Amino acid sequence: MTSTSEASAGSSWEELVTTALLGTDRRTPPGSAPGREAPVALLDAAATETVRRRAGIRPVRAVARPEPVAPDRRPPLPPAATRRLATLLADRPGTGGGRRGAAPDLMELLPQWLALANAYGYAAPPEALPALLDAARGRTDLRPAALTFAGTRALWLARLNTDWRFALRATPGGGAALPGPDEPERIQRLWREGLFAERVALLTAVRARDAASARELLASTWSTERAEDRLMFLDTLRTGLGAQDEPFLEAGLADRSRNVRATAAELLSALPDSALAERMAKRATACVAVDHTVGAPTLVVEAPHECNPGMERDGVLPKAPAGRGERSWWLGQLVEAAPLGAWSRRFGGRTPEEIVALPVADDWRGELHGAWCRAAVRQRDPGWSRALLGSPSTPEAGGPGAVSLAERAKLLATLEGGERAGWVAGFIATHGLSEAFQLLGVCAVPWAPPLGRAVVDALNIARDAGSYPWSFSGVMGLAERCLDPVEVVRLEPLTATPEDAEDSAPGAGGYWAEAFQRLTTTLRLRATMQGELAPPQ
Amino acid sequence: MTQQGVRWTAEQVLALAPDATSRKAGSKLGAAGPWSEAGTSDEGTVWGLCRGSGSKPYQTVIDVADSTGPAYKCSCPSRKFPCKHALGLLLLWAGDDAAVRPGQAPDWAEQWLAGRRSRAAERTTRTDAASGATSADTEAARRRAERRADRITAGATELEQRLTDLLRGGLAAAEQAGYGLWEETAARMVDAQAPGLAARVRELGAIPGSGPGWPIRLLEECALLHLLDQGWLRRERLPDGLAATVRSRVGLPGSPDGPPVRDRWLALAQYDTSDSRLTTRRIWLHGTESGRTALLLSYGAAGRAPELSLPVGLAFEAEVSAYPGTGQLRAALGERFTAPEPAALRPPGVTPAEAAARYGEALRDDPWLDSYPVTLTRVIPTPDGDSWQLADADSDLALPITPSARSRPGLWRLVALSGGTPVTVFGECGHRGFTPLTAWAEGPEETSGAVGQAVALC
Repeated sequence: MTSTSEASAGSSWEELVTTALLGTDRRTPPGSAPGREAPVALLDAAATETVRRRAGIRPVRAVARPEPVAPDRRPPLPPAATRRLATLLADRPGTGGGRRGAAPDLMELLPQWLALANAYGYAAPPEALPALLDAARGRTDLRPAALTFAGTRALWLARLNTDWRFALRATPGGGAALPGPDEPERIQRLWREGLFAERVALLTAVRARDAASARELLASTWSTERAEDRLMFLDTLRTGLGAQDEPFLEAGLADRSRNVRATAAELLSALPDSALAERMAKRATACVAVDHTVGAPTLVVEAPHECNPGMERDGVLPKAPAGRGERSWWLGQLVEAAPLGAWSRRFGGRTPEEIVALPVADDWRGELHGAWCRAAVRQRDPGWSRALLGSPSTPEAGGPGAVSLAERAKLLATLEGGERAGWVAGFIATHGLSEAFQLLGVCAVPWAPPLGRAVVDALNIARDAGSYPWSFSGVMGLAERCLDPVEVVRLEPLTATPEDAEDSAPGAGGYWAEAFQRLTTTLRLRATMQGELAPPQ
Repeated sequence: MTQQGVRWTAEQVLALAPDATSRKAGSKLGAAGPWSEAGTSDEGTVWGLCRGSGSKPYQTVIDVADSTGPAYKCSCPSRKFPCKHALGLLLLWAGDDAAVRPGQAPDWAEQWLAGRRSRAAERTTRTDAASGATSADTEAARRRAERRADRITAGATELEQRLTDLLRGGLAAAEQAGYGLWEETAARMVDAQAPGLAARVRELGAIPGSGPGWPIRLLEECALLHLLDQGWLRRERLPDGLAATVRSRVGLPGSPDGPPVRDRWLALAQYDTSDSRLTTRRIWLHGTESGRTALLLSYGAAGRAPELSLPVGLAFEAEVSAYPGTGQLRAALGERFTAPEPAALRPPGVTPAEAAARYGEALRDDPWLDSYPVTLTRVIPTPDGDSWQLADADSDLALPITPSARSRPGLWRLVALSGGTPVTVFGECGHRGFTPLTAWAEGPEETSGAVGQAVALC
């Protein structure tokens, strides 16, 4: 603050400070005689000046005010939800691993809370924004939802605090909204002049609302783009991929860059009616035939003998990775890119189930089924996915069969939610939890009732088998976030501490009770959270 | 007094936590899961059983409406106070009506409450008995006070000697002298039973070499310390009010002897400062009818939260008595008539220019005052290079924010709340600038004058 003492007072203060620094032995204070009393006289004068300076304090001149943030038109959070958010944000991730005690992990509930608040379109309470931004800073997975909820005020704040710069980066153009469909000039300008990240964001946004416009936008500058940019731009066409994209992609097969060619081929193969798919079908089906000469009809495989330029042009990579035979490598790619419908025609109208059930000669089964799996995932074909998944209760579903767990998870993702949950429930009922983690990850939240029941039953069985709960901490953590809160009733009996049985691990009963307590507490908390976040009126 | 329907907010509960770890642990217990038989009574008692790792659940009971602040009892072995179970139970009570139902306290909770009440009654009786002391006791107390005053006089005289020595040799030498000299002098002041002088001397020791302008700050503080010494040595010749201020600044304990003022008090701010020995809690109150501002101080041993807690934004009816000294804001909380409950009351505000003037006026009664509590209306937190100011929305004047407040997370809550639009801010205005403590957003324009919830910044 400034002192308003007159100029003379100011100069006498300066003199007092100088004298005090040097000492009265070296310099006589103004207006007093030298001698023993000089320091006292200096202190007297300084005391008067200090109080005078402080009492005369005035405000300073204001600097330029920040531009006010635009008002948030979204409805404000209900008070209970505002308080809940404060509690969730007060919880900082810290002690990890091992035994976690009976209390819920609040930070883990924040993503759900944010998703729900965003679904209802609530505005974030301004005073919570700093904590929200700090949380999003530490956890990248939280950022999209946190920044959506935080709204434009968070970007306004991020411009003032370098700790939160990530918010500006995460939002292309520093929060300037992307041009809407009614602003073709802005779209054109941003596309021509924007930074790479801005252009990707623009193309993604345009593609999401109008597939053809995005393709035309891309085509308008395609020949002048750099190869790695072309690859990224091409990738945005995955959204809303359709037959209209075929000519553009077909042209991409002649691209200078091999990666661009491969991506164009991959996209085309996901269009079962494309010319490329037709060519691949012809190549692939030529390699597999039904042999009726043996007892039961059997599939025989004759892998390609060469990778000709036509195949290469259609995206087949000629060079096999180390440790793989060239011919099986080529076969895998052909089958993967061929439309699945071609096999039914090839094998006399057999259904996918019937085809998958056919025995395969000469150890080609793994190669062939693996390629079909990749094709089913790429073409999002639930019929083939179902057939390849088979029954969840077959012994080989849990073991290293022709189809790995990772592939099963991908196949499951092509099925509709209820069917997916039912399959995983069946899997858990037969094979237990140790292999189920990956599969649970692709199931919709909250888990459908049969799936939830299967998980709880399996946990109960694991407890009775005498193992420790942290062997299942992954599934436990998922259950806390994904189980439907109504399951609390069924979990209640499991939260009591049982007597340690003779054959069980020491103390396991207590740990299990604690784990189930945390599970029920978390579920109750989620139910309360959902109640607090009622839809706006 | 009735407690029905008066539940605190989660922030208010969390403000009771002695440290961040307890806050986190308490938050986790603030859900129905581990709790059973939780309930609350009309008298302001909350109880519940919390399942821990052992076979027997912990018994937790809180007396929310106690006149000296919430009182806690928990059968857990934690030495934190309040423990995480008490915090968790209060959070549960604050957040979830269904989980903590109104009812009759169980026997174990009732026993503790009854014990507390009878002890409180005993204390009152003892105090009454003590006030009927004999004249012999008074005579002994007078002699003790005289002896202490003599020791302080000796201490103040010695301190004057040290100050004059310092000024004779020059402040430039003080930077080399190091902290030891000040520490030793402070210890001498503790021996002289003048803790106020000791604290000021310790602060002097931190100034040399503390950044640009330190010689000016050192001279200012030396001069004010000299003024205090002189005030003490000539206290007989000072007006009564100023003499009382000098006595309290030197560190003589006073007792609140002002007439009790009954009012509806709004808790404006609450914050703790701590050193290795002691946690000091400051609570600013605003009397909504008297317009008075009062400061309550409460102390806790290191690591323990002071017992008195009044969450910001709550108002309650109570009597408050001032400590002696003209312009003295410190007061003691007397009888409370209602439990704290959320209130839409706001202190009236002033402009930055008026705030600075108020501090200046307050120095007349207490020249050692570092800052004065004021509420600013319609100010906009504005970045000014590396620092911040609160700019008046309606003039070109501003108050700089103190350097210590700039580094606190509360500053960003204030900036976020404002978003470049005017806010109401309560804080301490002094010669170092303004320290924001609580803020209220202004309401939407159609309801001009309305302000939002109190947001604690400290």
